[in-house]
Amino acid sequence: MITAERKPMEDLIKFVSPYRRILLVGCNECVTVCSAGGRKEVALLSSALQMHFMKEGKPFEIKEMTLERQCDPEYVEELVPYIDQVDAVLSMSCGCGVQEIARRFKEKPVLPAVNTKFMGASERQGVWAERCVGCGDCGLARTAGICPIARCSKQLLNGPCGGSTRGKCEVDPDIDCAWQLIWDRLKALGMTDKYEENLPAKDWRPARGAGPRKIVREDLAS
Amino acid sequence: MKTESTLEKILASGQLAVTSECGPPRGALPSKVQEKAEMLRGCVDAVNVTDNQTAMVRMSSLAACILIKQMGLNPLLQMVTRDRNRLAMQSDIIGAYSHGINTMLCLSGDHPHFGDHPGAAAVHDIDSIQAVEMVKKMRDEGLFQGGQKIDGPPKMFIGAAANPFADPFELRVARLAKKVKAGVDFIQTQCIYNVDKFEKWMEGVRERGLHEKVYILAGITPMKSAGMAKYMKNKVPGMDVPDDVVKRISGVPKENQAEEGIKMCLETIDRLKNVKGVAGFHIMAIEWEHKVPEIVERAGFLPRPSF
Repeated sequence: MITAERKPMEDLIKFVSPYRRILLVGCNECVTVCSAGGRKEVALLSSALQMHFMKEGKPFEIKEMTLERQCDPEYVEELVPYIDQVDAVLSMSCGCGVQEIARRFKEKPVLPAVNTKFMGASERQGVWAERCVGCGDCGLARTAGICPIARCSKQLLNGPCGGSTRGKCEVDPDIDCAWQLIWDRLKALGMTDKYEENLPAKDWRPARGAGPRKIVREDLAS
Repeated sequence: MKTESTLEKILASGQLAVTSECGPPRGALPSKVQEKAEMLRGCVDAVNVTDNQTAMVRMSSLAACILIKQMGLNPLLQMVTRDRNRLAMQSDIIGAYSHGINTMLCLSGDHPHFGDHPGAAAVHDIDSIQAVEMVKKMRDEGLFQGGQKIDGPPKMFIGAAANPFADPFELRVARLAKKVKAGVDFIQTQCIYNVDKFEKWMEGVRERGLHEKVYILAGITPMKSAGMAKYMKNKVPGMDVPDDVVKRISGVPKENQAEEGIKMCLETIDRLKNVKGVAGFHIMAIEWEHKVPEIVERAGFLPRPSF
């Protein structure tokens, strides 16, 4: 999933200060799962903002909504009845949702309430870690199911570098060395021979090397 | 002979090669490069010129190499994949060769996290093994990495690094084998303090016959003080400094520690001279370049062969 973290309160206060009426919009997908921008976080942020402006004695109105998917035009359409009643939208979804609202409502300011972080997995309750950079040409079959591009600090396709120590990355002892993980998996799979196949220089075009990407499925496109 | 590199000629002749390094200055003063390189005249076969080492901005390796070349010495261009994509690397390689620089070292480079621009993006378009493949293709096939023909290919003698002390140890020989497969000509190793472990690694290297496919230069860094030994042990990633090394240098009075450090490095050189597959020594006297002539002389490496 896409992970996110809420921006600091002072940034959000600065964002909404020029406006009197705010539509605060959450998303029921990834940001709900990573507890950054779902219905619950929308309610919490709404209360915090109301309290702040009440203390300041500044008139402030906020409407809360949480869409099924903010990155989908069909659901963004649900904002139509409310959009004229607000001065700006504060979105708690990932950057995709923020931009979908900006695209649909051209004359309404839209502000991001979270920092979109990465595509990752939950390692344990409350901990998410990066797993995929969306390079567009999945090589996991060659690296025992562990991605060195997403998980090696130097994105080495032929690692590990000389800084791997006791299974950890030289950059931060909290980061597992991706190549130690790959090596351990290759051993477990009885495939250590595969390690010595040199992986060639990557073609970055399917990543972002050929500009912003798009998928067109002719069978589905209308 | 693949190239005109003096280092290649010496290694091919079977004599132990000696290299050292010169870290370029943090500014535009050519004299700083020239003073450091002058200390190494006549006592080494090639002068490694580091490329933004420890991820700190310095005079470019290429520019400093040219200054050193103009002095009549043999510079060795270090190039990290951290700061340049494949276009920039190849243009610098042909640029270097156009100035007569014919020996280089392909590295991934220290992570920006450790340097003075921690907010910089790390490029890593290719890795060090792919860089070796690229330079070999440029030299042997006369082709750019992208496949187009080079008008006047650079004939580089290609080096890479190896750290026998990093983890997991069991794949350190295999990683060298990958570099050999990529086409590396010579290796300069991480600084060796744990000689037993290095010898064990060399055993693995010989078992696979890799020492016959690549020249291995053993990395040597003299300790200046007990403080440096402790720093290297505890703070430098991928460095293996055994307790007895720290103990020995800490056991002598402060004013004698530098001499003790030199003695220790000479003992290491003496022991490794007899290890089959060690083709030479890479002496990295960090900010202590003026000690290199003394080390080389006391190690019995003078005079250097000329070709």
